[in-house]
Amino acid sequence: MDKAKIAKQFIKAIPHSRALGMELTDIGEGFARIEMPYAAQLVGDPETGVIHGGAVSALMDTCCGAAAMSHPSSPAGTATIDLRIDYMRPATPGQTIATEAQCYHITRSVAFVRATATDDDKDNPVATATGAFTVER
Amino acid sequence: MAYKRPEPVQVIKQRRDAALSALVHGVPYITFMGIEFDRRGDELTAILPYDDKLIGNPLLPALHGGAISGFMEVAAVIGLGWSVLWDEIERGELDADEVVRGHLPRLPKTIDFTIDYLRTGLPRDAYARAKVNRSGRRYASVHVEAWQDNRARIFAQGTGHFLMPRRDD
Repeated sequence: MDKAKIAKQFIKAIPHSRALGMELTDIGEGFARIEMPYAAQLVGDPETGVIHGGAVSALMDTCCGAAAMSHPSSPAGTATIDLRIDYMRPATPGQTIATEAQCYHITRSVAFVRATATDDDKDNPVATATGAFTVER
Repeated sequence: MAYKRPEPVQVIKQRRDAALSALVHGVPYITFMGIEFDRRGDELTAILPYDDKLIGNPLLPALHGGAISGFMEVAAVIGLGWSVLWDEIERGELDADEVVRGHLPRLPKTIDFTIDYLRTGLPRDAYARAKVNRSGRRYASVHVEAWQDNRARIFAQGTGHFLMPRRDD
């Protein structure tokens, strides 16, 4: 099965990620990239139209999990042990939020992952995340 | 000073519940998630009723880690926002009826949020309570615990730091 097909099916299999409109645009070798288009139902501050942090954290969690699973030394599924998210600035309303995650170290039992989320302004991250994930055997 | 008879309990309750409801239902993401709040005095319990769209692993099945963290962040922000609002209403600085009419106070902004996943989130309702450990003029630190059937068996905990809305004074 080719990479694009795997990517499509990955999100399709996760109801919550699908509900948030996520699209996996790249995956492999411990790296993943997922986009989440702007949606009115995900707004956290009705006055400004800024997306809620909870939706951003779900995006981060999904992307980090995908990166962990795609690592060559990760044989099967994964679960989040912990995840820390830093919110640098509000995402600009109307813009897609894209997250890139890298599994930078993996042991027999734990995958360590870092991620960055940006909107159209790629030089100023919206949020960053670091997390530890289980390596299922 | 002449003794002022307290208002009937139902009037007070109705006003507080209406203020809380206005605060919660003004946020589209909270409605999207289906999160509700139960109030007993100033204590809030956030409720995440089970929904198929909250699933992250359909094979187990288990709740999505992102749904859990979103739920806990909502519990923290509303818990913190409510504690500030409660004090202002009690001191008479803010009229609860104004809140109900749509004059919503700005909610705190999340600086960072760390979540520990202790157990698999089962496909059933989840509950969370936030404890404001420190609430200053600019920053606040909040701890959240979430559980499902058994209050003593928490399945996730989180700590977050928040930027308090600017006060115009």
